[in-house]
Amino acid sequence: MSVSQSETAQIQDSEDIVRLRQRVRDVMKNEGFSLVDQTKMVTAASELARNTLIYGGGGTVILDILKSQVGRVGLRLFFEDHGPGIADIDQALKDGFTTGVGLGLGLGGSKRLVNEFVIDSGPDAGTRITITRWR
Amino acid sequence: MDTIPILQLDDFLLISIQVEMHDRLALQLQDELTERVVKTKAKGVLIDISSVETVDSFMGRMLGNIALMTQLLGAETVVAGIRPAVAITIVELGLSLPNVRTALNVNSGMAMLRQLAGTSVGGNGHERQPE
Repeated sequence: MSVSQSETAQIQDSEDIVRLRQRVRDVMKNEGFSLVDQTKMVTAASELARNTLIYGGGGTVILDILKSQVGRVGLRLFFEDHGPGIADIDQALKDGFTTGVGLGLGLGGSKRLVNEFVIDSGPDAGTRITITRWR
Repeated sequence: MDTIPILQLDDFLLISIQVEMHDRLALQLQDELTERVVKTKAKGVLIDISSVETVDSFMGRMLGNIALMTQLLGAETVVAGIRPAVAITIVELGLSLPNVRTALNVNSGMAMLRQLAGTSVGGNGHERQPE
């Protein structure tokens, strides 16, 4: 597997969330992802970017286009913030769990919308989430 | 800055979301719409989202809030034109929109609103006192 293209974006306000949605949509269109795949990944990106902003106090996202050895194309997004982190990840992944103003669908919902979902967090350790969708 | 025009047609308010919704715009729409429902004594609100490519939990919550708020003010809300890819994504995300009536397109949404207004208690539907 190799990374054929990589870029970084800031998530510091709600307009950055809109910009990320548009960027993910454009990249996936270019790479020939189906409309449903695009919509799922864009929605997952929107949820996680909002988490980064609201709970993480802002952060960054790295967008990588992947090429597997057998020629599959994927899009990987890596969200990172240096906020308070998540104490209980299992609980945070459950639908309806929220410590804030949201619906509590962000993490669990995003996980269902992508092919691969990896989360790394802990108290006072910030949060790093990687999602990948393959074409 | 973007704004979303709210049009009045007879007893109904119409909104077509044509821009990318950022969070502040969604909250602004919520405020403006509830004010307009009271001012115009509207019996129904139609929100056309056929141009909307992404409905995340924030946008879903906004639609649910608008439906609930307008209901409290005596007006029904119908959301029209959800795209198929958006419908699939809403379900997998786990988003449920319990207070939100939906219609395939603007035409059937308007028909639904007219029917709801016509069958409301009191005939003309104006049960509320003026401000």
